[in-house]
Amino acid sequence: MEKTILPTKEMLDEALIRRHTRPVFDAMAAAHVGIAGLGGLGSNIAVMLTRLGVGHLVLADFDQVDLSNLNRQHYMLTHVGMDKTKALAQQLYQINPYIDLTLYKEKITAQNAPHIFKSCEIICEAFDDPDAKAALVNSILDQEPGKKLVAASGLAGYGSANDIKTHRVMKNLYLCGDNESGIEDGLCLMAPRAALCAAHQANMVLRLILGIDQP
Amino acid sequence: MKVNGKIYSLAQPLSLKDFLEEKGFNSDRVAVELNGDIIPKGAYETTMLSDADTLEVVHFVGGG
Repeated sequence: MEKTILPTKEMLDEALIRRHTRPVFDAMAAAHVGIAGLGGLGSNIAVMLTRLGVGHLVLADFDQVDLSNLNRQHYMLTHVGMDKTKALAQQLYQINPYIDLTLYKEKITAQNAPHIFKSCEIICEAFDDPDAKAALVNSILDQEPGKKLVAASGLAGYGSANDIKTHRVMKNLYLCGDNESGIEDGLCLMAPRAALCAAHQANMVLRLILGIDQP
Repeated sequence: MKVNGKIYSLAQPLSLKDFLEEKGFNSDRVAVELNGDIIPKGAYETTMLSDADTLEVVHFVGGG
């Protein structure tokens, strides 16, 4: 394999500006976004936000990459056994070596979440477990009233892709998904709907950074 | 009372905790906004609902 030549920051910035225009580039570069959970949703959201040129990401997950994650999460065979934070950072640096990443390899709780995501104006909820989803959302909405949350609910199975939607359900809470297809119903988690929902979340983050608050 | 955009009549004064139970919600898996303010979990039992209220209940299912 040929060795990758590291482009300068100016070269990468210039390429992004050509694609996204200068005002969009500047807004993205200044943004601080947090991602809670780096599974099927979080790993895909992180890749998309990095491609958008988001300047600062806080990535939090306690887990390691497992073979069973490869069906939908943005990891490769070489990452199996690695911390998800590190495996994802390695890939994001391949997209933009100048991105500012803060990694937290710990279990995110209602107690530590406000501290972990202190620097972020927007936080993506990307957990698997419904109790953990609710705990994070309650903790951030209650303790950090200035922050926007983009959460997910209902992405399991292979129901219609067209049922995945983004809704603004509270002043500071956006919810992506079909709102009903859960793993509790015995549905499997699969790559297309996980990526669809992640893309809804990433697009809502993009819109919020650009000052658009409607889904 | 308005619940998730739909009109709902309260037969008697009801706490938020009892309302969620009656409607079949698992209170560990919801976030609740009452008249624009998020209600902390610890206050579900003491929060009384009235017909003038606007309630948003967001319920989470698993998968990510």
